[in-house]
Amino acid sequence: MNRSHRTRTLAVAAVVAAALVAAGCGSSSSGGSALAASAPGITKTQILIGSHQPLTGPAAPGYSEIAPASNAYFQYVNAHGGIYGRKIKYTYLDDAYDPSKTASVVRQLVLQDSVYSIFDGLGTPTHLAVVKYLNSAKVPDVFVASGCDCWNNPTTYPETFGWQLDYIREGKILGQYVKQHFAGKKIGLFFQDDEFGMDGVKGLSYEIPASQIVSKQSYVPTNVNIGPQVAALKAAGAQVVVSFAIPAFNALLKLASLKLSFSPTLVASNVGTDPITLGGLLQAFAKQAGATVNGNALTQGIITDGYLPTLGDTGNSWIALFKKVHDQYDAKAPFDGNVLYGEAVAYTFVQAMLKAGKNPTRADLTKAISGGLPQGPAVAPYDYSATDHGGMTGAFIGVIKNGVIVQQGPVLTTDTTPTGAVSPYSGTQAPAPSSGMP
Amino acid sequence: MTMTLLRHLAAAIVAGAVIWAASVQLNAFRDFQIAEIAVYVVAIAGLSVLIGLSGQISLGNGAFMAVGAYAAALLMLHLNWPAWAVFPASAAIAAVAGGVVGVAAARLSGPYLAGATLLLAVALPSLANQFPGVFGGDQGLSLTVTAPARLGATFPVTRWQAWVCSAAALIALVILANLTRSRVGRNWRAIRDDPVAAALTGLNVARLRVLAFVVSATCAGLAGAMLAFTTTLVSPGSFTLSLSIALLTGAVLGGLGTLAGALWGALVIVLVPTYVTDVATSHGLSSGVAANIPIAAYGVVLVVVMLLFPDGIQGGLRRIAGPLIPANLTRLTEPDRHRPASEQAGGLPSPDRHRPVGEHQEEGTK
Repeated sequence: MNRSHRTRTLAVAAVVAAALVAAGCGSSSSGGSALAASAPGITKTQILIGSHQPLTGPAAPGYSEIAPASNAYFQYVNAHGGIYGRKIKYTYLDDAYDPSKTASVVRQLVLQDSVYSIFDGLGTPTHLAVVKYLNSAKVPDVFVASGCDCWNNPTTYPETFGWQLDYIREGKILGQYVKQHFAGKKIGLFFQDDEFGMDGVKGLSYEIPASQIVSKQSYVPTNVNIGPQVAALKAAGAQVVVSFAIPAFNALLKLASLKLSFSPTLVASNVGTDPITLGGLLQAFAKQAGATVNGNALTQGIITDGYLPTLGDTGNSWIALFKKVHDQYDAKAPFDGNVLYGEAVAYTFVQAMLKAGKNPTRADLTKAISGGLPQGPAVAPYDYSATDHGGMTGAFIGVIKNGVIVQQGPVLTTDTTPTGAVSPYSGTQAPAPSSGMP
Repeated sequence: MTMTLLRHLAAAIVAGAVIWAASVQLNAFRDFQIAEIAVYVVAIAGLSVLIGLSGQISLGNGAFMAVGAYAAALLMLHLNWPAWAVFPASAAIAAVAGGVVGVAAARLSGPYLAGATLLLAVALPSLANQFPGVFGGDQGLSLTVTAPARLGATFPVTRWQAWVCSAAALIALVILANLTRSRVGRNWRAIRDDPVAAALTGLNVARLRVLAFVVSATCAGLAGAMLAFTTTLVSPGSFTLSLSIALLTGAVLGGLGTLAGALWGALVIVLVPTYVTDVATSHGLSSGVAANIPIAAYGVVLVVVMLLFPDGIQGGLRRIAGPLIPANLTRLTEPDRHRPASEQAGGLPSPDRHRPVGEHQEEGTK
């Protein structure tokens, strides 16, 4: 009797305490002021954001995994209290990598669906179709999924922010490695004939002495016959080939080199070296030509760089977090570089939204990012400020070993100027928060 | 002749009033879609006239749109020309390109012509990558379009785009409607139905074919300029082969040789993907499935329309509503298929007057 009474009292006390804690949480998340519909796309319960993505068409393989991965992370956030209690709704529409369609779907998102912000719009030519429009409509245009330096233009495009390491910095970091490790060797360049490849080559040329570069070969993504370019690299006697190419063309480069018994050391941009994607493409292309190759064997030894922790580093807290979210909300997709990218950029967006405040206007979001963001999953800090909308500032050098990228040496940071030094980053990356929320 | 012109002008004014009323009522995104529809109506009408009336095929009209779009962008960027001057100038530049291609095309027919124009669609837009200094390379040329200040600061720019593009489309359609009802239109039908008989009546078949190509390219060039004005960016990625195929699909779907059919085709191309995407995403389908549903729906619409209405949507409507509509109204914009064209052109009766369009082309290459 006495005992059961005490049990009951304890139970009641526990319930009351739990209720108080719950009430406390509730009041701390809604703070002093109540949630309000503070901007287009923001209601008391929801934050609506939109994006244009190549879900179909030539750029879809690989890239179509990015938006669902971002959405997986948003679902994780929503299940863990959301952003100040609001849930994120992410609407991403297919533009098939066609700029005319981008113009149309982004207007649909802004004018009809009234999104709060455009997030992670993918592609240089596609996003260029809407960057002026978004800025004139004063819609935040955050974390464009392209390494073009063109997003970093705060005077003309105050609403636009890049995110990933830009191709000029990436070129400089790879270029310094080549200069240091392949002194006196003959270097050949292989690059996509557009902003991506040319920015990369610009960065490389800031570091690699011009006298070492024996041949520059470019390709257009619509022409898969790159035999002539590879033959020219071989004829010039290139001992090292530095490639700024998408995965399909790195695979073609590798196979065409094999055919000509040409085996230079390959140094390649992060864009084209996700080992899972590249290995799969190598096997698929070889099969089309009636041959069998081992994708892992062919990617072995490729030198590249990374601006997010490597997928193979399973002990890394960020990889563990994103793997957990992936397994729970996006398990059908392979856990590859594209998925990691999508989740990491979504994490950055949540960081920015939390910083923008409880009842943010559109200007509060751009102001929050301009004030700088903590590093989060990126291996090097962001350079966000009132005068810089670029994004990441550095990466590490990695080598592909047995299908995973293995980090070599420290994280290196630099700027986009011809003379700015490439130097080791002295800080350390903080581990992922155990809650998984910024 | 003047009666026809007046009738077409009256129809255009009524259509203009309807579009104006709609644009004021609808939201800014729907206004943007009106502008997009106007772009496709012009492009499809030009192709439809080429295929349906002169009996030639083109898979390269997307390339002529690129010519018009780049011309418009360069004129707007470097010379600051206003839209009313840019549109005809761009159309004229595309016409010249069409004339050059047309001279070659007039010697080809059937799959050979399709192949040659296909080459154009693939090759021409990538020229922009070869001369990045002029054409901006893969990034393209970016434009700024603003509504005139006197409409007020809050006037949606998309409504202005809808007005300008609709006006341009209506003017183009009135000209096309008159052209197809004129002697030129009758002559085209004659060479389509039987080139040999048409030649025997004294028609210059080659010249008529080139002319049809020029008209078609002019329309495509105007549509390209309108597209540049609407999307405010001109880049090679907008003028892929799939654009040319979409135009052909729109023309066939709407009804070859009919201008009203061009409107149906444009409505399907612009509205079906948006509508289906909305439905697909709102039903919580997985993104891989949802992304491909608009393409599947497009295919289903194409198959169903072709099965039910081999003459396209406009042909189907005429079959259903034909008895209800006064004859002079249905004839407003359509070629009269029931009378042998060569008779209309004043020549000999065609021996196989009831054959459908296109069979001669196939026969010629067997």
